[in-house]
Amino acid sequence: MTTAVDAATVAGTRKRSFLQRNPVLRRLIRHKAFVVGAGLFLIISLVAILADFIAPSDPSRMAVRFRFRPPSAEHWFGTDNLGRSQLSRIVYGARLSLAIGLAVVIMNAVFGVALGAASGYFKRLDNILMRVTDALMAFPPVLLALGIAAALGPSSLTAAIALAAVYIPRTARIVRASVLVVRELEFVQAAMAMGAGNLRILRKHVLPNCMAPLIVQLTFVFAFAVVTEATLSFLGLGSPPPTPTWGNMIAEGRQYIRDAAWITLIPGLALAVTVLSLNLLGDGLRDVLDPRLKISQD
Amino acid sequence: MGRYIVARLIQSIPVLILVSVISFGIMKLVPGDPAILIGGPTATPAELDVIRANLGLDQPFHVQIWKFYIGLVQGDLGTSLLLGKPVLQATIERIPVSLSIAFYSMVLTLFFGIACGVVAALNRNSWADQGAMVFALLGVSIPNFWLGLMFIILFSVHLGWLPTGGYVPWQESFGGWFATATMPAVSLALLQIGLLARITRSTMLEVLKQDYIRTARAKGLPEFVVIGKHAFKNVMIPVITVIGIIFSVLLSGSLVIESVFSVPGVGSLLGSAVLRRDYPMIQGGLLLVAWSLLMLNILVDVLYAYFDPRVRYDHGS
Amino acid sequence: MASTPPLLSVRGLRIEFGTDQGPATAVDDLSFDLRAGEVLGIVGESGSGKSVTALSIMGLLPTPPGRVVAGEILFEDSDLLKKSRTDMRKIRGGAISMIFQEPMTSLNPVFTIGDQLTEAVRWHERVGMAAARGRAIEMLHKVGISSPERRLEDYPHQLSGGMRQRVMIAMALSCGPKLLLADEPTTALDVTIQAQILDLLRQLQEEFRMAVIIITHNLGVVAEFADRVLVMYAGRTVEHASVEGVFDRPSHPYTEGLLSSIPDIEADVLRLTAIPGTLPNPHELPPGCRFQPRCTYARDECAAGPPPLVPVAQSHLAACIRHTGYRRGAAAPPAMAGVR
Repeated sequence: MTTAVDAATVAGTRKRSFLQRNPVLRRLIRHKAFVVGAGLFLIISLVAILADFIAPSDPSRMAVRFRFRPPSAEHWFGTDNLGRSQLSRIVYGARLSLAIGLAVVIMNAVFGVALGAASGYFKRLDNILMRVTDALMAFPPVLLALGIAAALGPSSLTAAIALAAVYIPRTARIVRASVLVVRELEFVQAAMAMGAGNLRILRKHVLPNCMAPLIVQLTFVFAFAVVTEATLSFLGLGSPPPTPTWGNMIAEGRQYIRDAAWITLIPGLALAVTVLSLNLLGDGLRDVLDPRLKISQD
Repeated sequence: MGRYIVARLIQSIPVLILVSVISFGIMKLVPGDPAILIGGPTATPAELDVIRANLGLDQPFHVQIWKFYIGLVQGDLGTSLLLGKPVLQATIERIPVSLSIAFYSMVLTLFFGIACGVVAALNRNSWADQGAMVFALLGVSIPNFWLGLMFIILFSVHLGWLPTGGYVPWQESFGGWFATATMPAVSLALLQIGLLARITRSTMLEVLKQDYIRTARAKGLPEFVVIGKHAFKNVMIPVITVIGIIFSVLLSGSLVIESVFSVPGVGSLLGSAVLRRDYPMIQGGLLLVAWSLLMLNILVDVLYAYFDPRVRYDHGS
Repeated sequence: MASTPPLLSVRGLRIEFGTDQGPATAVDDLSFDLRAGEVLGIVGESGSGKSVTALSIMGLLPTPPGRVVAGEILFEDSDLLKKSRTDMRKIRGGAISMIFQEPMTSLNPVFTIGDQLTEAVRWHERVGMAAARGRAIEMLHKVGISSPERRLEDYPHQLSGGMRQRVMIAMALSCGPKLLLADEPTTALDVTIQAQILDLLRQLQEEFRMAVIIITHNLGVVAEFADRVLVMYAGRTVEHASVEGVFDRPSHPYTEGLLSSIPDIEADVLRLTAIPGTLPNPHELPPGCRFQPRCTYARDECAAGPPPLVPVAQSHLAACIRHTGYRRGAAAPPAMAGVR
C-alpha cells in the first residue's frame, strides 16, 4: 500500500516540477483568459468528437408532431421547422465547423510556411510573391472567400479551400518576416557559410524562431475560419442542407424569426462561444509567447 | 504633398493589375462547363451556345483575357446575366446605398471606438477599461449577420421600434433613412468599436509615457490640452493605419448585413450574384471592391502623411 | 547678500517610490535654499534622486508610483506641495520652468516649432496669436537661431539636436521664469554643442536674472556655470558648498571621487568610472553612510549611523564621519590639476 502511495506522491511532485521548470506552461496556466478559452475549446472539441454519443437523435430525423418546440427539458435546444432536434444539429454542426477550421489551419501551416520561407530566402521570388499577397489581401476576406466558393460550387471542401486561400497570404507574411530576421543572425550566417542546406537551416533555425507568432496566428486563423465558414453557409455557399451547419441553421431559422427565435438564436450562440474560446486562447498564447505582438492584423 | 500622392498611385499600379488578374482567374476556377451551371439542366444545346457566346467561352483563353482587358480599359466589365445590365452600371447604381450605410457605421465606429479607447487608457484598470476590453473580445467573436438577426428579434419583433429591413434613400426622407440604416450600421459598427477601442487604448498608454507629454505639462498647459492636442494627434497616427482595415472589414460585413436587412446595396447585389452564378457580376464586383479598397488605402496613407509630418517630408521632397 | 530671503526653499524633502518590493526612498531629507538670480548645481549619478527632486518642484512627479512623504517646497514663501492643481499649472511654465535631457524626444513631433513655442505664452498670458508669434520670434532670436520666422513653420525632426535644445530653452524662457530647472541640458548633445548650449544658458541667466538649478552628473558643467553645488548620493546630500569650496577643498570622499574622474575635455567616455562600484539598490541600502561600500576611507564606524551634515567651513556642509568622528588630517584630493 505504502509503496503505491509513495509512487503517486513521486509522480505528483514530478508533475509539479515539470510545470515549474517550463515557464511558458506555467505562465499559460496563470493566464485566466487562456484557461477559460482552453477549457471551453476542449469541451467543444469533445462534443464534436463524441457527437454520435451526445446527440439525442439523428440530426436529420424529422418529426412533424414535434415542430417548433421551444427549448424544454425534453428538447434542450428546442426543435426546428421540420421537428428536427436542434441539440443534435448543433452537436453535428460543431463537428463540421471544427473540421473545416482544422483543415484551414493545416493548409495554412503547410502552404504559409512554404511560401513564407521561400519568399524570405529567394529575393527574386520574394518580390513576385509579396506583390501577389498584396493583391490577395486587397480583397475583403469574406468577399474573396465568397468569390472562390462561388466559382468552385457550394460544399464543405470548397469552403475550406476558399478560406485557406484567403488566410495563407497573411500567414506567409508572418513566416517571411521571421525568416528575414533569422537569416541575419550570426549563427545562421555562420551555418550558411559552412554550407548548411537551406532546408536544414529552415528546420533547425527558422522554424523554431517563428513558432510563437505562427501558433498565435494559426489560432486566430482558426477563429476566422469558423466565423467565415458560418457566413458562407449562411449565404448558401457552405455545405448545402440537410447537412447541419451553424450557418445554414441560422439561415433556415430566419424565416421563423417572429415565432421561433430560438432556431436562429441557439446556433449563433454556439458559434459565438466557439469563436470566443479560440480568441481567448489566441490572446493568451500571444501574451505569453509573443508579447511584442499587440493586436493581430484584421 | 501632390508628389507624394502621385508616387503612391504609381506604386499601386502592379497591385491593381494583379487584382484584375486574380478577379479574372477566380472565375476560371469553375469546374466543368459554366454554361451548363448557368443554363441549368433543362437548357437546350442551342441555349448553351448562346450563353457560351455571351460569356466569350467559345473563344480560346488568350482571346478571353485580351477581351477582358480591352473591356476594362473602356470601362466595360461585362453584362450581368441576372439583370441584363452592364456590371459597372448595376454596381454604380447601388453604391450610394452601401456607402451611406458604410459611412454611417464608420462614423459610429470612429467616434465610439476612439472615445472608449481614450477613456479606458485614462482610467486604467477601472471598470470602464475592463468593460472596453470585454467588449472588444465579444466584438471579434460574435458574427455580425447573427447580431443583425438578434437586433431584428429585439428591436423589430419585440419592441417594434424599427422596421425589419428595406431602405429609404436619405434624399427622400432622412427619418426613413435613419430608421432603415440604423440597425445595419450599428450591427456592423458594434464589432469594430471594440477593436478600435483596444488599439486606441494601447496607443494612448504608449503616447502618455513620451517625453513630449511631460514637456507639454511642464509648460503649464491644462490637462485637456495635453490630452486633446498633444497626445491625441500622436494617437491618431497608428489609428489611421487601421481605418483602412476597418473599412475593408465594414465593406466585407455589409455584403452579408445587406442580405440580412434586405438593403438593396452592392453587398446584396453580389450576394444574389454569387447564389445565382452570375459570373460576370461576381468577377466585376470583386474587381471593383478591391480597387476601391486600394484607392481607399492610398487615401489613408495621405491622411497619415497629414498627421505625421515625418512621413510627408521623407517622401514629398 | 545673505539677508535677501530665498526664492526657493526646500526643507526636509523625502520622496518614495512604490515598487513591487515595497516603497523605495528616492530622496531622503533634502534641504537647500536658492536666492533669486543664483545658480545651484545638483550633482550625482543617475538614480541619486536629482531629477526626481526637480520633478517634484514642478509638481510633475509621476504619482503613483512616486510620492512626496515629508517636507515642504517653499517658493516665494508658499508651499508648492499644498497648491491646488490649477494653481500649480499656472506656476509651471510661468514662474518656474524646466528643460529636459532629451531634446530629440522632448518636442512633440507632430506640431510645428511655432505652435509649440506660442502655446505657453498664449495659455499663461492670454495674448493673441500675433503677439505670441512675435514673442516666439524674439525668443528664437535670443537663443541664437537664425531666420526665426522661417523656423516657426518647421517640425522638430527638421532640426538638429542642438537646435532643438535651443528651441526647448526658448520655450522655457518665453514667459520670463524666475526659476529655471535644467535637467542634464547638455548630456545628450555632441561635445562641441554642449559648450555652446552652456554658454547660451549662462548668458540668458544673466540677461533674465533668473535663478537656475542645473542638474548634472558632470562637475565640469557645474564649474563653468554654478555659484553653489549640492552633491547627492543615493538620495542624500553628501556635500553642499560654493563652487570654489567644492573644488578647492572637497570634503566628502564621493566628491573627491567625482573630481578625480574629470579628466580633460574629451571626458565623456571616462565619466564616473574612476569610482569603483555602483549606486546601492534602494531596497538594500547599506546601514549608516550610503557611500561606505565604495569608499576608500571606510571604517567600521561608518556603518554605525547616518553621518550628519555638518559645517566644515563657512557655508560649506559635508556628511562624512571624518568631520565628526575621526579626522586624521586632510587627505590630499588627487587629480586636482586638470580641473581649472
